[in-house]
Amino acid sequence: MKEGRTHKKFQKFGMVIDLDKCTGCGSCMVACMAENNVPFRKDESNKLLSITWMRVYQLNNGMPFPKTDVCYLPRPCMQCEGQHEGHSPCVSVCPAIATDYSMESGIVSQIYTRCFGCRYCMASCPYHARYFNWWDPIWPDGMEKYLSPNVSPRMRGVVEKCSFCFHRYQLAKDKAFMEERRDIEEDEYQTACTQACPAGAITFGDLNNPKHAVSMMVEPDPKHSGRPKNPHAFRLLERLGTNPKVYYLSSREWVRRAGDNYLKSEKKVKKPVHHG
Amino acid sequence: MKIGRRGFLSFVIGGAAGTALSPLPWKMMDDSSIWTQMWPWTPVPEDGEASYVNSVCTLCSGHCGITVRKINNRAVKIEGMEGHPVNNGGMCLLGLSGLQLLYGPMRVKTPLKRTGKRGQGGWEKISWNDAVSEVVEKLRDIRSEGHPQTVGFISGSDRGTVSRLFERFLTAYGSPNFMRMPSVRDSYELTQYLMQGVEALPGFDFENADFILSFGSGIIDGWGSPVRMSRVHSAWQSADVKVIQIEPRLSNTAAKSDKWIPINPGTEAALAMGLAHVIVKESLYDAAFIENYVEGFYDWKTRVIDKYSPETVASMTGIDTRTIVVLARGFANASKPLAICGRGDGSSPVSLKECMAVNALNALVGNINKKGGVWAVSEPDYINWPEIEMDAKASAGMQHERLDGAGSKTYPFTRYLLPRLPETIDSGEKYPLQALFVSEANPIYTLPGTQAVRKTLDEIPFVVSFSSYMDETAQNADLILPNHIYLERYEDVPTPVGMIQPLIGLSKPVVDPQLDTRHVGDVIIQMAKGLGGSVADTFPWDSYDSCLKETLGGKWNSLIEDGFWSDSGLRIQAFETSFDTASGKFELISRDTGSTLQFKPVNIEGDEKLYPLVLIPYDSIRLANSFIADPPFVIKTVEDTVLKGEHVFVEINPKTARAKGLREGQRVVLITPKGKAEVKVHLFEGIMPGLVALPRGLGHTAWDEFLADKGINFNALIGPVEDPDSGLDVAWGIRAKIEKA
Repeated sequence: MKEGRTHKKFQKFGMVIDLDKCTGCGSCMVACMAENNVPFRKDESNKLLSITWMRVYQLNNGMPFPKTDVCYLPRPCMQCEGQHEGHSPCVSVCPAIATDYSMESGIVSQIYTRCFGCRYCMASCPYHARYFNWWDPIWPDGMEKYLSPNVSPRMRGVVEKCSFCFHRYQLAKDKAFMEERRDIEEDEYQTACTQACPAGAITFGDLNNPKHAVSMMVEPDPKHSGRPKNPHAFRLLERLGTNPKVYYLSSREWVRRAGDNYLKSEKKVKKPVHHG
Repeated sequence: MKIGRRGFLSFVIGGAAGTALSPLPWKMMDDSSIWTQMWPWTPVPEDGEASYVNSVCTLCSGHCGITVRKINNRAVKIEGMEGHPVNNGGMCLLGLSGLQLLYGPMRVKTPLKRTGKRGQGGWEKISWNDAVSEVVEKLRDIRSEGHPQTVGFISGSDRGTVSRLFERFLTAYGSPNFMRMPSVRDSYELTQYLMQGVEALPGFDFENADFILSFGSGIIDGWGSPVRMSRVHSAWQSADVKVIQIEPRLSNTAAKSDKWIPINPGTEAALAMGLAHVIVKESLYDAAFIENYVEGFYDWKTRVIDKYSPETVASMTGIDTRTIVVLARGFANASKPLAICGRGDGSSPVSLKECMAVNALNALVGNINKKGGVWAVSEPDYINWPEIEMDAKASAGMQHERLDGAGSKTYPFTRYLLPRLPETIDSGEKYPLQALFVSEANPIYTLPGTQAVRKTLDEIPFVVSFSSYMDETAQNADLILPNHIYLERYEDVPTPVGMIQPLIGLSKPVVDPQLDTRHVGDVIIQMAKGLGGSVADTFPWDSYDSCLKETLGGKWNSLIEDGFWSDSGLRIQAFETSFDTASGKFELISRDTGSTLQFKPVNIEGDEKLYPLVLIPYDSIRLANSFIADPPFVIKTVEDTVLKGEHVFVEINPKTARAKGLREGQRVVLITPKGKAEVKVHLFEGIMPGLVALPRGLGHTAWDEFLADKGINFNALIGPVEDPDSGLDVAWGIRAKIEKA
C-alpha cells in the first residue's frame, strides 16, 4: 500500500491474552456487557443461548487428582483475517453483507440493521463467538437508564458479536481529528475488557505497529499469516487457517496444546503448515 | 395485442431474470430486515454530554477507586480509576455491575412498613417522618422501661464515620450490643492483640514478598482487596514469586499457584505447627529476631518439637513428611516469605490456634512489620468526636454484658461474636433483644445456620433494616428505611482490607438519589434528635454531610479532588517499639492468656458413621457472598458446571462418585445434620476424594428474579462451630451424605 496523505498505513488491531496471568475472574465478560449494552435474561445458564461477546472458558488438563490443573481462557471475537485479507469465515458467507472486514482496522464488523438472522455466520464461526438474539432485549423498568448511547441495543432476530469496542476506535479517531492529528496513540484506543482486567492479562494494540506491546509480545510473522514467533504464544485452531488476531500466551504446554486439535500420536505442539 | 404461449413465457422468464439481475430483491431484503427490526420497544439510548466522576466502590471491603462515565445525568458505565493505589484502572466484575444495583429492580424504593405476617412480603409505603418517629417511639419506650441494653445493631463494618455513628448512638442510648459481621479479620485482630499487644488491622506487603504460603486463602477468589490481589498475583507471575496453596480443593488460586498441596480439611493449624517444627529443629529461623524481640520461644519450641513432628503432622493432614520438610525449608530459606490464612474469600474466621500458628511462622522468619511481611496497621486517626454524653440510663445499660459474649470472662479479648447470638438468645440466660437494627449486612443469608438465625430474628419484636436492597433480612424486617446506595451518597472509606498503607477514600454521589431513600447517617442523627436529652446532645451535627465534612477537616478538599487521601511515607516501626505486650516483645505464648488457651482441635460437626462425606464450601469471585448479592451481569458469568437452571452442582471426585454410583449431572439429595437440599453432581478431579464442595453465594430467596431461587445457600446446611479459645465461629465444613433423588 502506498503511503500518502489519504492512504495511511493500515492498522491491524489485535489482542494478546496472557493465560498465566488470567485468574478467570470474569471482569472482562462484565466490562464487555456493560460497555456494549448486552442484554440479560432470567436464566442465563444455557450457555448456547446466553449472549456473551467475551466468554471465559475453563480448560482442564484431564489428569486425575491431585495432578489436575485448570486454566481459564477468555474468548472474544478472533477478528479472523483469513488466508487472504478479509477472507474471514463469517464474512465470506454472509448473504447480506451484514458483517464485513475493515481493511483499515482489521476489525470484523456486524451491522445489525442489515442482518436478517439467517445465522450462516454462526455456523461458519469455529469459535462460537457469534450470538443470535432469540428474544427482544428487555431491561427491567428503569434499568435502561444505564444504556450507553455509543452502542445501539440490538433487536430480536439479529446476530451480534464482539466488535473490539469499535465505537471506542471511532471516538479516538474523532478526538484525534479534532486535535488535527492523523494517528491515534496506543493508549487512546483500548477495549473495555483490556481496560477492566484486574490482572492486566489482556493487551490490545496494532499488530502492524512493531512498537505496540502486542507486536512485541507475540512477534507475529507476516510471512506466515501472522503466526507468532514467541514460543509461548499460540492462537486458537491455528490449523484451520482462520488467521485470528487474538493471541494467547501460556507457559504450560498442555494449555497451548488445548488451543488446537491434535492426534493422540502427535506428542508435541507442531508448527502448523498453511496451505493456500 | 395478442399474447401467445411463447410471448407469455418470454415475459415471465424475462421478467424474473430481469428482476433477479436488478438490485430490487436485495434492496427489498435489506429494507424488510430494517422494517422488521425497528420496533418501538427496542430502547434508543439518549445521547448527550459525557462527563466523568471519581468515587470509591464500597461493594466489598476492597475499596477500589472508580470513575463513572455519565451521559447528561445518567450514569452509563463504571470503570476502575487510573492511578488509584488499590486498583489502578482495574475493576472486578461486581464493581463493574454497580449500575445494575443503582437502577435495578432489587432496590427498596421508599420506606416500607410491614403489613401481615413477617416475611410474607406484605408492605405498605410510609413517609420518612412517620418511619423515623415510629422508630423513635419504640426506642423511647424501651429506654423508659429501663432496658436500653435490649437494642442491638448489626453492621457490616465497624470502621468509618457511619459505623462509628451507629456505635455512638448505641452507647449514648445505653446498649453494648453493637455487632460486626464476622470475617477472618476477627482472628487476625485477636492474634495481633495477643501476640503483639496491638489493636490494629492486619496488613500484608504482598508487593514485596517473594514466597507466599497460603493456608487456603483464595488469593484470586475474593480474599482481601480483590483487584489489588489480582494485580499482585500478576506481578508475582512476572517476578517468579513462589506461591504455595494449601487446601483440599483445586480452587482458582490453587490452579494458579506454583504448588497445590491438598490437605485434610481443618488440619491447617497442625501443618503450620509442623512447618515450625522443621524450621526450629533445623535452626532455619531468624535467630537475631527471636533472640531480641520474641518472648516465650523456648516453651513454645518444646511444645512444637514434642507434639508436631513431621510424622505426626503427616498423619493428621494427609501430606507426606517429605513435602512438609521441603515446604518448611523453602519457606524459611526464602528472603521475604509470607504466610497467610483465612479460607476462601476470607469471610469466615479461622481458629485462634491456626491464626497464631501462621503468625508464628511469620515471626520465625522475622517478617513482622517489615518489607514483604505481615503488618499491624493502625487505623487512620481522623475521627475525633466529642465525648459521648452518658445519662444514668445509658450508664446502667452499658453495665450489662454483651449478648454475644464478646469481652466476657470466657472470651475476654474477642470483640464481636455475632454467630453466637442465636444460641445465647435461645438459652435465655441473659436478656432478650427487643429491637434490632441492621445495616449493610444480611445476617439471615450470610450467617451459618440460616434456620436458627431466622428463628432468632423472628423472636425479636422490632427489626429495622437500613438496606438499600430487598435482601433476606430486609424481607424479614418490620420496617425498612432504605439507605442511598454508594453511588448516591457521601461516605468516608478507611484503609482497604489488607493494605499496609493508611488510606482514606471518599465515596461521593455520582448521581442524585434515584428513589425516596435517605442517608443512614442522617437517619441516625434524626433518631437521636427525636429521642432528645443526652442522646441528642451526643449528636451535635445537623446532617451527616456536615458531620463528615467537619470530621475530615483539612482532608476534605483533597478527598473531593482526588477521591482518596494517603499517608505519604510509610513508617517502618523499629521492633523495640512495635510490640505492646506485657514483655514488650512478640509473644509466642501470650503472658496474659498463655495458660488459659487450650488450642483444642475444632472438630467437624456430624457423626462420621451416619455422614461419611465432608461438605466444604468454596468461594468464587463470580458469586458475591456478603450484603451484596450477584447483580444480573454477574450471575450471567456463572458457569453451567456450577449452576444450571435452578440447580446448583456439588463437586465430587470421580472416585468417590463411582463408589456411590453417581454420574455427571445426576440429581441427588445432599444431607447434613443441619438440613438437606436437592443438588446436581459435577465430577471434578480437583477435589479430594471423600469431600463434597458447594459454592457460597447462591440460594437467595430475596433480591431479584434474576438471582432468587437459584441453587441453595451453603449456610442453610451448616451451623456455627465455636472455637473454644476465641468463641469465633470457625466452621468450614460439616459431615454430609448423598442420597439419590
